[in-house]
Amino acid sequence: MSDDIVNIEVDGKPVEGRKGQMIIEVTDRVGAYVPRFCYHDKLSVAANCRMCLVEVEKAPKPLPACATPIGEGMKIFTRSPYAIAAQKATMEFLLINHPLDCPICDQGGECELQDLAMGFGSDVSRYHEKKRVVKDKNIGPLVSTDMTRCIHCTRCVRFGAEINGLQELGTMGRGENVKISAFIEKSIDHEMSANIIDLCPVGALNNKPYRYSARAWEMVQRATVAPHDCVGSNLYAHVLRGTIKRIVPRGNEAINETWISDRDRFSYEGIYSVDRLETPRVKENGEWRDIDWETALDVLTTRLQASDGSKIGVLASPSSTIEEAYLISRLADHLGTANIDHRLRQQDFSDQDNDPVAPWLGLTIADLEQCDAVLVAGSNLRKETPILAHRLRKASLAGAQVCFANAEVHEYFFDVAEYLSTAGLVAELAGIAVATGGKLPPAVADLCKDLQPTASQTNVAKILAQGDSSLVLLGHVAARHPAAAAVRALAAAIGEATNSRFGFVSEGANSAGACLAGVTPHRTQGGEARGECGKNAVDMLSNDLDVLLLFGVEPGFDAPPIDAAAQHGFVVACSPYRSEALERDADLLLPIATFAETSGTFVNCEGLWQSFSGVASPVGASRPGWKVLRVLGTLLDGEGFDFESSENVRDELRTALGDIELNNAYQGSAPIVVASDGIDGGLDVPMYQVDGLVRRAEALQLTPEARRSLESSE
Amino acid sequence: MQQLRNYIKTFAMWELWQGLAVTFRNFFRPAVTILYPEEKTPQSVRFRGLHALRRYPNGEERCIACKLCEAVCPALAITIESDVSDDGTRRTTRYDIDLFKCIYCGFCEEACPVDAIVETRLHEYHMEAAGENIMTKDKLLSIGDKFDAMISADKAADAEYR
Repeated sequence: MSDDIVNIEVDGKPVEGRKGQMIIEVTDRVGAYVPRFCYHDKLSVAANCRMCLVEVEKAPKPLPACATPIGEGMKIFTRSPYAIAAQKATMEFLLINHPLDCPICDQGGECELQDLAMGFGSDVSRYHEKKRVVKDKNIGPLVSTDMTRCIHCTRCVRFGAEINGLQELGTMGRGENVKISAFIEKSIDHEMSANIIDLCPVGALNNKPYRYSARAWEMVQRATVAPHDCVGSNLYAHVLRGTIKRIVPRGNEAINETWISDRDRFSYEGIYSVDRLETPRVKENGEWRDIDWETALDVLTTRLQASDGSKIGVLASPSSTIEEAYLISRLADHLGTANIDHRLRQQDFSDQDNDPVAPWLGLTIADLEQCDAVLVAGSNLRKETPILAHRLRKASLAGAQVCFANAEVHEYFFDVAEYLSTAGLVAELAGIAVATGGKLPPAVADLCKDLQPTASQTNVAKILAQGDSSLVLLGHVAARHPAAAAVRALAAAIGEATNSRFGFVSEGANSAGACLAGVTPHRTQGGEARGECGKNAVDMLSNDLDVLLLFGVEPGFDAPPIDAAAQHGFVVACSPYRSEALERDADLLLPIATFAETSGTFVNCEGLWQSFSGVASPVGASRPGWKVLRVLGTLLDGEGFDFESSENVRDELRTALGDIELNNAYQGSAPIVVASDGIDGGLDVPMYQVDGLVRRAEALQLTPEARRSLESSE
Repeated sequence: MQQLRNYIKTFAMWELWQGLAVTFRNFFRPAVTILYPEEKTPQSVRFRGLHALRRYPNGEERCIACKLCEAVCPALAITIESDVSDDGTRRTTRYDIDLFKCIYCGFCEEACPVDAIVETRLHEYHMEAAGENIMTKDKLLSIGDKFDAMISADKAADAEYR
């Protein structure tokens, strides 16, 4: 590899670079700053802003550092009078048409152009002619536009074409008349498109819900983790006086790189929805009344103590933090009930004893890119986990063959090798399993009997078998499938036969954590089997119970509705929100904090424990869920509920779990019987309906994506 | 000898006469004090007194909620909240100045890119109840409206030096 090394000189210091690297990559590495607008390390090189001009010895003109490959013996000067003069001249041209409206521009204070104008701009403008004015476009409810401010760096255009694969913005015209525009009054519609807000170096593309509500310098930046999917994208919340004003990505190459999905970016609006439950409320004779926390907890403890343990049910959201999950499972243990579940949208629990201790991806998120053959079954991956879909797209662009098996056909912006959708998920997977030609395990042997695989199924099996690093992934649809047990066993069998890794894309932010913490009716903490299996989510909602405790769950939205025939003695809902459905079903409402207002930990799909602290002040009298559960445990005379912080709770669980290795391997051997493989569709939950927070995020509900799902549900 | 001179001075009350001479001299000089509040000393056009928010001649608020005054305020006396107004422009929804915190340095006025916040020459004001020290946006705008002529004249007089 030694001939790949190129020796150059930057500002008089000898530096080594790799062959083919651009000057700017080397200068960035050695810390010699070169100003730039259009260059971004995740995007292709455009070299159209000309801000990064540097002096290179023997070159007749200053050269753009972002587009000039280094050569042996090159002498580069980034701060020489010649280079500075070139950069200053470029800046003067850029400022010709840029408006002087920094005081009202949301980018003011964090603007790359503003910063560089301080360094390279002249104090007085020599330009007295007319400035260019460009009409603003309406590109949807998420991104505001002030196109007069655009400096045509085309980062947004390249982002659409290269990262999303869906080019939503383009350039029109040439020379001074060039304009960035969506194609004929179209909204941007990709689930990650709002990343152009961060990419735009000026104030041309900005955050619409945040518009004019704060300035960059007055907000406090606090780190948190996204609560809507199992990726756990790293976020920064920008907080002003205890209120979140906006969310931006926190770079983490291992998880979300520098991107986040629009869902993670804009869901914070739901925290300040008018639906927020601000005080505990109790229903007396059909009338709702505000009460204080003490009375509310009193009512609840009396009720719980008077009930028979086996007639108490607990439903928790898969997006609860692991601290909440652990405490709620401890609480259920203390109350003597095994009726506890977080698998709210699952229908088929028949094979739950063979569940992995905690479902996980089977590999790290970054490793997804290295796969060369992937089968994604029962998933609408782009809407379920946009970041994983993006990683898969990168794998595909690098040459991986990606196949899908799903009843509904969804669009992916890369070459899909095979899309199996005709025969239903179980039949398609059974076909692939047969086509692998391996000896099928007894669990699925009956399902695959006398099957003749189609050409596509055979092709998928071949792709997986030929891959050096192949992967079978099961998505949300597979988990919600009426024959989920068969789907899982088949997918595992395919993985086994083709020597592929096998993984799950689980629901919510913390399904893995909820499983580890024991929020399942058949297993307690650490995946240990319970003596007697309790009622699962579906049973709890449809059978009579004395007390039903809903933790962050809105039946009818996050889970099936409470069966009208079921006679629940007392329903208590710990929820950040009040809703018509909750007010109809529940008898007691306890306001708990959203992810932003509580400290906690999410275990993401690669088994990574990501802790975060509360970033915003809780709204009204709402309290972090773990504190409510901790107090409830103490009031019920539970042993060992005297935690002082959420870290205590986490550490106790962590110690109790020891070194649990996540393993998705399917252990079952009993033959699986499928009652019917009739209905396959309709298992998708619309992207902007996944949880209470998202459902109440105004801007997201105005997007074309949300409107489409609304129309299709009507 | 010196001792004798001091002795005589003491009994002649020399120092007293000396002091009275000063009084007597000044008795006939013109007075430097004035009869406040009937009479007032002249003020500079740059006097930094009570704050006001100004409007454009067409009645539109000048303030664009850039929050530069809030950022520059060394006493953290200014609190601003902003939002998109009905006509789509950037406007404040709250503009409070705490007069107890304010040190009347005039930095807010210097920072303002649109000459919206100004310190007027008004300095004769008082508070009676708790909370009156908070100058809200409405109060500031009404001061601006009431003393518009004075503020405009002061600004015009000072313009050539800025």
